[in-house]
Amino acid sequence: MAYQFDFAPVFENADLLLQGAAATLGLTAAGAVPGIALGIAGAICRAWRIQPFAALFGVYVEAIRNTPFLVQLFFIFFGLPSLGVKLSGWEASILAMVINLGAYSTEIVRAGIEATPRGQLEAAASLALSRAQTFLYVVLRPALARVWPALVSQVIIVMLGSAVCSQIAAEELTFAANFIQSRNFRAFETFFVATAAYFVLALLVRQALMRFGQRVVVGRPR
Amino acid sequence: MSLVNIAGLHKHFGTNHVLKGIDLAVEEGDVIALIGRSGSGKSTLLRTINGLESIDKGELVVDGTAVHDGKGDLRALRQKVGMVFQQFNLFPHLTAGQNVMLAPTVVKKTAKREAEDIAKEVLLKVGLSDKFDSYPDQLSGGQQQRVAIARALAMRPKVLLCDEITSALDPELVNEVLAVVQQLAAEGMTLIMVTHEMRFARDVGNKLIFIHHGRIHESGDPKTILTNPETPELANFTRAVM
Ligand SMILES: Nc1ncnc2c1ncn2[C@@H]1O[C@H](COP(=O)(O)OP(=O)(O)O)[C@@H](O)[C@H]1O
Ligand SMILES: [Mg+2]
Repeated sequence: MAYQFDFAPVFENADLLLQGAAATLGLTAAGAVPGIALGIAGAICRAWRIQPFAALFGVYVEAIRNTPFLVQLFFIFFGLPSLGVKLSGWEASILAMVINLGAYSTEIVRAGIEATPRGQLEAAASLALSRAQTFLYVVLRPALARVWPALVSQVIIVMLGSAVCSQIAAEELTFAANFIQSRNFRAFETFFVATAAYFVLALLVRQALMRFGQRVVVGRPR
Repeated sequence: MSLVNIAGLHKHFGTNHVLKGIDLAVEEGDVIALIGRSGSGKSTLLRTINGLESIDKGELVVDGTAVHDGKGDLRALRQKVGMVFQQFNLFPHLTAGQNVMLAPTVVKKTAKREAEDIAKEVLLKVGLSDKFDSYPDQLSGGQQQRVAIARALAMRPKVLLCDEITSALDPELVNEVLAVVQQLAAEGMTLIMVTHEMRFARDVGNKLIFIHHGRIHESGDPKTILTNPETPELANFTRAVM
């Protein structure tokens, strides 16, 4: 007999899914803001070779870029308690996202800074701006504007990647979906809806961040 | 004492000996035109005057301050020396007004209101008082270059360096920029400009300097040396460009 699709048992738990989606959004926001700030700090150190921070950020970036997110998460949640650092599922999830996004955005923002035309730096120097003033007033905004789409994509990747936080009992969207299908045995329907929910979330977040970038980073609302 | 004093200046880029002993004195109110073939070292010479390029040997004193002795405060010097570039180099994320206000507010800590007044005054001077809120990409090349001049003027420099400031412009936009420079010269601004506009150099400049292979090959009153060049190199050069 052919499989009978039935979405009703999924939608009966719509409240759990919505809570999960909200948690995923919350995780993303909590991870993205410090993550990007960390990335800007790392990019400054790397682009201007401020030692020893440039070297430290270099090691950090390579360590994160070349290891799986799930392992990073397990390391923080299961590994750190051995050193006396006990974190809740939420705390570990946010920390892992900040650290992960911080590494990738270090490289993204650095590319933006290094693409600054030399003429901009010479103009700033000719006007007697210091290095710090040049960075703050001349380099930073155009650099962020240049790489904003890449940063937004990275935030989306981290948001989708946060699905694995369900593994350490952070009750986000995937956790909710797993919970629902374990009770109604409607795996296909449940994960179909969860997939669609991620898809919609990703589209919305991308839209919102691109708009924010146009307004605040580029500074010229269209 | 001269405003700018250059003596025995040498500059290498690696093994490329670009400036081979430049001696030059610039007095207040001078309008100096630097001419010469591409690659002869004109830009490099200009850029040593505000410390954008280091020097290997010689002396460079601006308004009583040695530029390259390692002790001098480059930022203090650069407040006295304005520079305008071939490619304008306006800050793209700032309006014309913000471009002009940036250095006075950030470097000189001028109050915002006062900086705004300065910006309005210098934009008026370059004929762009109605473009205060325009972004660079909303302006023509000639307008952008005039904003760049205004931006330099806002720091009240004692001398203005201009590096081929009309070379990136469409021909019909050259004159609006030259007119601004001519007006500055008439008001007594000290100008050192690298230019290929020979007519402008002759009519507005009070001293012409022909750089050839990293040396001042010939210099003097523009009208005299352009009409009667002493060296065959300058004669060849003027024939080629005029
Ligand atoms: N930053 C640099 N690094 C290496 N070589 C340079 C640099 N800037 C200029 N040069 C070289 O110095 C010489 C003089 O250049 P430049 O002063 O720009 O000449 P001009 O302005 O007269 O055309 C050229 O041979 C040029 O290739
Ligand atoms: Mg040049």
